[in-house]
Amino acid sequence: MAEGMNGKRFLFVLRRFPIGGPQALEALDAALTAAAFDQPVRLLFLDDGVWQLKRGQPAASGRSPMALLGSLALYDIAAPPWVERESLEERGLTPQELTIEVTVLARDRVAALLDDCDVLLNL
Amino acid sequence: MELIVDGKRIATRDKGFLADPADWNEAVALVIAERERLALDAAHWEIIHFMRAYYRDYHHLPNNRQFTKAVQKTLGPDKGNSRYLYGLFPGGPLRQVCKIGGLPRPPSCIT
Amino acid sequence: MAVLHIVKHSPDASQALRRCLARVGPSDSVLLIEDAVYAPASDAALRCAGKIYALLPDMAARGLTRNPLQGDVEYVDYAGFVQLVVNHDKVISWN
Repeated sequence: MAEGMNGKRFLFVLRRFPIGGPQALEALDAALTAAAFDQPVRLLFLDDGVWQLKRGQPAASGRSPMALLGSLALYDIAAPPWVERESLEERGLTPQELTIEVTVLARDRVAALLDDCDVLLNL
Repeated sequence: MELIVDGKRIATRDKGFLADPADWNEAVALVIAERERLALDAAHWEIIHFMRAYYRDYHHLPNNRQFTKAVQKTLGPDKGNSRYLYGLFPGGPLRQVCKIGGLPRPPSCIT
Repeated sequence: MAVLHIVKHSPDASQALRRCLARVGPSDSVLLIEDAVYAPASDAALRCAGKIYALLPDMAARGLTRNPLQGDVEYVDYAGFVQLVVNHDKVISWN
């Protein structure tokens, strides 16, 4: 379901390293589940969560969420994920190094994005 | 437990799911389906091939809701619904499709 | 519309407090609970765009008292905690 349609508007804040634990993958799985229930879902990558987006992670392991990020359109998550500019800069990453298209957002705009949803999940 | 397909022994574990996904081929699928009391036709194969492609692309085992949604988005609402999928796979569509398709057991499938 | 940010780790144990404070909006609030109450008891930098509250029972349990040097911090008991949750339409926990 596209944004603007019925349902609670979810924002998933993704802040975990991609591997080293199941949390990053489980958080994305939760977001896809909400989307599969036809709820409008947005993703925001902050802090160490931006590492999940880095291109060049070995996909075959299935432990990183990287491969699964390719499924966003399949689950009708239409808007590109938001990524905080400062989180990238602090880690020496540029948007060109990311595996999917994103919307880069300045840190002082994050509070407004956090407020612009019905259900806020920091995973 | 193991399967015998064309004279070759194929190991299973985890309630009949293949121990090694590399052992899978369509002949193996037919033998697993027979154990599930299913005779596969083109409609079954369409879902099985969809699920194998999904797993290949995303390295992910969906839950039931995600599975139905992904089928719906890929093959259309006529097929991406519980009634259609349970009609084809009465033992539980996600579980049976993954088992027959040689994929691991989805974590959401407790039986 | 406003967000209540909850932090429960001390600044030494986790980056959560620092990372949370950087993302607080002017109509938001931050509630420090559990080990996060060590922050207002110390000279930790507590600056953000919104208001900062510390949970008094968690301070008392650690033998901590109100710190006059942290003048921007307000203190709440459990009823105040509930009131904060009621007054904000979303809650986010920072780990």
